Amino acid sequence: MITIRTIALAALAALATGFSVPATAQDGPLRIEITEGVVEPLPFALPTFVAEDGGAGELAADISQVVAADLTGTGLFRRIPSEAFVSEVTEFTSTVTYANWKAINAQALITGAVTTEGDTVTVKFRLFDVFSEAPLGEGLQMRGSRESWRRLAHKVADAVYSRITGESGYFDSRVVFVSEQGPKDQRQKRLAVMDYDGANVQYLTDGRSLVLAPRFSPSGDRVLYTSYESGFPQIYQMDVGSVTPRPLPVPAESMTFSPRYAPDGETIVFSAATNGNTDIYRLRPGASTPEQLTDAPSIETAPSYSPDGNRIVFESDRSGTPQLYVMPANGGEARRISFGQGRYGTPVWSPRGDLIAFTKQNQGRFHIGVMRTDGSEERLLTASFLDEGPTWAPNGRVLMFTRESSGAGGSSSLYSVDVSGRNLSLVDTPEAASDPAWSPLLP
Amino acid sequence: MRGFKVGLSILCVAGLAACSDPGRFGPGAGGPGMGPGANGFGQPGSVGQGALDPSSAAYFEETVGDRVLFAVDQSTLSDEARGRLAQQAQWLSRNPEYTAVIEGHADEQGTREYNLALGARRAASARDFLVAQGVAGSRLRTVTYGKERPIEICSTEECYNQNRRAVTVIAAGGLTG
Repeated sequence: MITIRTIALAALAALATGFSVPATAQDGPLRIEITEGVVEPLPFALPTFVAEDGGAGELAADISQVVAADLTGTGLFRRIPSEAFVSEVTEFTSTVTYANWKAINAQALITGAVTTEGDTVTVKFRLFDVFSEAPLGEGLQMRGSRESWRRLAHKVADAVYSRITGESGYFDSRVVFVSEQGPKDQRQKRLAVMDYDGANVQYLTDGRSLVLAPRFSPSGDRVLYTSYESGFPQIYQMDVGSVTPRPLPVPAESMTFSPRYAPDGETIVFSAATNGNTDIYRLRPGASTPEQLTDAPSIETAPSYSPDGNRIVFESDRSGTPQLYVMPANGGEARRISFGQGRYGTPVWSPRGDLIAFTKQNQGRFHIGVMRTDGSEERLLTASFLDEGPTWAPNGRVLMFTRESSGAGGSSSLYSVDVSGRNLSLVDTPEAASDPAWSPLLP
Repeated sequence: MRGFKVGLSILCVAGLAACSDPGRFGPGAGGPGMGPGANGFGQPGSVGQGALDPSSAAYFEETVGDRVLFAVDQSTLSDEARGRLAQQAQWLSRNPEYTAVIEGHADEQGTREYNLALGARRAASARDFLVAQGVAGSRLRTVTYGKERPIEICSTEECYNQNRRAVTVIAAGGLTG
């Protein structure tokens, strides 16, 4: 069971504690500039966190493992195996002998301790810049329920990542997606949600109705998705915590799909097909009917808001092939931004506002790519038989997408890739999976 | 059951024009999430035995032909498609107790979202032709499946061209949904 609600903000608040230290080393050499393109991962030592009571041993090992996996999973860090260590950390408060960590070429040292008391778990950690011989930031302590131990670990990793890269983290986040079973012509699809790393999968629908393309609300509490529950594609909204559907005032006579939230979390933009023609509509909070934002005989679909809510990027075949366009959030004149070879679709505005990710189909291959919001500096990050539907990590540094293999036995998997194009990784899901959508960083 | 399916495919190639959807009759047809396409018609025994009741759904599917195919990215009806739809319109006029849901489908070469819109266009294209042929619009409804319900699952053009289709799924009685 997922415990998002039980970990209230207050319970997880990162508390600066008595062992705080001067933060003078923050501008020291222990720093990864992600934009420079890291080729050599930064080596770190993470001795298994100290178990401070008899019941904490297993948890301390598990939390250490998840923190290390988060960091190494980025491709930016490399964990030094404990066999190489020349000293141990047996007490959280003991003084660090930097020479011992320099000797194994650890640039960062992460130490931690875990305490349990009933259902409560407390994790403390410290980060050291070994070559500057100084702590990097203050020690932090976090508390949560025993069930939330993975979130505590992700929070530690987010803090470490953030201090070293200067970027916000993305590990304490979730992904809503479609879990798939069966062959292509009889595929069963269920809505599911999981931690960003594939842990804690929870199913939100059964397999009775075809479901497609879920999207998280900006606060991570709800998802929009398309379901064939009525026999026809219609958009639905669900409260993730209670797994309760919330109806939307969308006209039942038209087919609706491709929904997405505006940054306000209440306004919804989506596509509706009426008499065979698909246009983009907006439903504002409290409104009983949607407003039409595009009006053309061509296909207009896959809308996505800019983070400031002022513009919408979408896909249209008004030029003859599917291309990307940007229009004001109230509708109006759209400007084409994609001009390369091939067909473009599923544009998604980066949470940082600087880039638009998309699917590109060219010469029989599919790619995930990014371009600046004016269409310049297009870069393709992946290539395969079928890659589609990118979603941004909350910090705008990583993309997750669907990769489907070809042929009669073809099936879908989720992959992630750094916005630099490096570190293409399979996301571990229990079944075939498609249509990922990343949540914001959890509170 | 597997053997039956293969056998039917061969029959289909030999029979050419009125080639029907083996998947619809195969094991598991009408399984989870099949939606309006799964209405229980055409049990395996009723296929290929000739002498079908001309007012039966099986006759509509087998002899009239329940589907038309489209070129890549297109929703324009070919001459062959128009001929098929004209026959469907005649059949629907002779059998007024039936209503139809027209499913629009796409092949897998495209994004999920674009293909949903493309399927809607194809279904509407077939529907509009039937209406122009005199079928009351109130008896017809369209649905798009995009690339979600292929009938052929290979990743080459010989499968893709079968998947780019509009299928007229008839049912006795009123429309739902």
